[in-house]
Amino acid sequence: MLVDELPARLAVLETTLTALGYLVVGKVTSLDSIQCEVENSQPDVIIADLDNPGRDTLESMQAITRKRPRPIVMFTNDGDAKTIELAVKSGVTAYIVDGMAPDRIKPILDVAILRFREYQLLRNELELTRLQLSERKQLDKAKGLLMQKKGLDEEHAYQLLRKMAMDRNMKIAELARSIIAAAELLG
Amino acid sequence: MSKHSSINIGYIPLLDAAPLLLAQELGFFGDAGLNVQLSREASWANIRDKLYVGSLHGAHLLAPMTISVSLGLNRVKAPLVTSFVMSLNGNAITVSNSLREQLRSVNPEALASASTSVLTLKKLIDQRREQGRSPLTFAVVYPYSCHNYLLRYWLGAGGINPDHDLNIVVIPPAQMVSQLAAGRIDGFCVGEPWNQIAVAQGHGKVLLSTFDIWHNAPEKVFAVHRDWAQANTDANLELISSLLKACQWMEEPANRNDAWAILGQAEYLGFGPEILQNGLQCGKHVFFKNSANHPWPVQGLWLLSQMQRWGHIPGNTKPQELVHSLYRPDLYLEAALHSGQPVPARELRQLGLHTAPWHFDKITLGSDRFIDGLCFHADKYNEYLNAFETSNLDAQT
Repeated sequence: MLVDELPARLAVLETTLTALGYLVVGKVTSLDSIQCEVENSQPDVIIADLDNPGRDTLESMQAITRKRPRPIVMFTNDGDAKTIELAVKSGVTAYIVDGMAPDRIKPILDVAILRFREYQLLRNELELTRLQLSERKQLDKAKGLLMQKKGLDEEHAYQLLRKMAMDRNMKIAELARSIIAAAELLG
Repeated sequence: MSKHSSINIGYIPLLDAAPLLLAQELGFFGDAGLNVQLSREASWANIRDKLYVGSLHGAHLLAPMTISVSLGLNRVKAPLVTSFVMSLNGNAITVSNSLREQLRSVNPEALASASTSVLTLKKLIDQRREQGRSPLTFAVVYPYSCHNYLLRYWLGAGGINPDHDLNIVVIPPAQMVSQLAAGRIDGFCVGEPWNQIAVAQGHGKVLLSTFDIWHNAPEKVFAVHRDWAQANTDANLELISSLLKACQWMEEPANRNDAWAILGQAEYLGFGPEILQNGLQCGKHVFFKNSANHPWPVQGLWLLSQMQRWGHIPGNTKPQELVHSLYRPDLYLEAALHSGQPVPARELRQLGLHTAPWHFDKITLGSDRFIDGLCFHADKYNEYLNAFETSNLDAQT
């Protein structure tokens, strides 16, 4: 998906990318539809003009809402070569410079997509670990409640939980949460 | 760095960039022997990246960004320090005509005050959920901004969890009004003059100023890269003295017309004097009076508490240490002393007690009340944080 306020420059970039074998699924010239356009066109990568204020919108869609994260590559005709060079080198943001030879564009896009996927994978793993940790705590708490109220030992409390979850077609973590909530409600 | 090498400073074209633009145009930087290059930037992300790679040495920055950039919350991590608050207040919450009518249908007095409006909004959200309708969407200008944290504070005070009960999206200020008009969002929190423009065009109604949520919230700061600050203490001090001078100049009513003429230039803000004047009145901006420019660490600590409340910063962050590494009031105090301003001998530790200007040590400070009347004491950070009924703290443990 391409984001640029200048239609002429956007057309040039589209021609270049198409020749490289990419499919441009969406184009945004006015800022009004960035969010809708991302949702409609479901791009693998977003290429946005560096001077477009919509950059904050694009970033926040991955940072805070965590909805449909996409790698973003900045496109610029800015003469600020030092910034770009440093940014690319340090892996901050991938940049394509206006007038850049097409054979240089493809590796930049490929690296941006790859690096983003790696980062995403790492973050997903971290979240999974955090979730499992919190489920583990809840499970222990629910077990404790059953042991206390029903006079069971730990092994039997766990078996009871598992049976109840199976009978109700619930995940064991979900059931643990319900038991804790009910216990809090009833004091 | 010699005094003659250039200092690159970024800004976003907003009314509260005024102190930087004026210090440059009135020659205050030049008089101090500084060669400042101002760079107009299109997004906060651009400013952050350029601070990181060093092509900007300092910037006009959203107050919570000093924290977010130093912690690397958007992957890009650049240690920053701030010794100067550029402005207080300036934002408001506007809702669409449709949302205003929905609020009124729940309670005809819904718009009477900041607290009735949020309590009514809570009822409306519950009703909409029962009816199976989609959640409401509010927009802010950047995730790590006072816009976001004050909007969230207001919602939280009404028992609304912004991450479960509605959507918050990010939209650049200049696109807010058209998005509201198109029905893509139901409300927004943005700086002036965009609220006034939404009203003037008939697309919405200002529900409350963020001043009503927290009196005199620090909105923008002037921050520089820590490495630059360490190597250029003298230049940094001169920058802050010049900014202070510009703020004091702007405070004079007699200088206002000249200020609008400078700020209105197409290369800076590009707004006419009426829009700037109205924006300033409605936004309740403070640029100088009541020691507005003093970078109090307790203000940073409060921002940090809200970032933690909503799960935006890692749980292992050490609040006091972090804030004291980012907030450097010593340079501000030195600049204030040089210019003959009164300075306090003590550090402010508490926020939320005052509904009117008050005396602290040798200075006068503005009111600092929060909408729910709660007080925040620097020594009771955890107690304060854990007392919020609406937060995302449970999800983090």
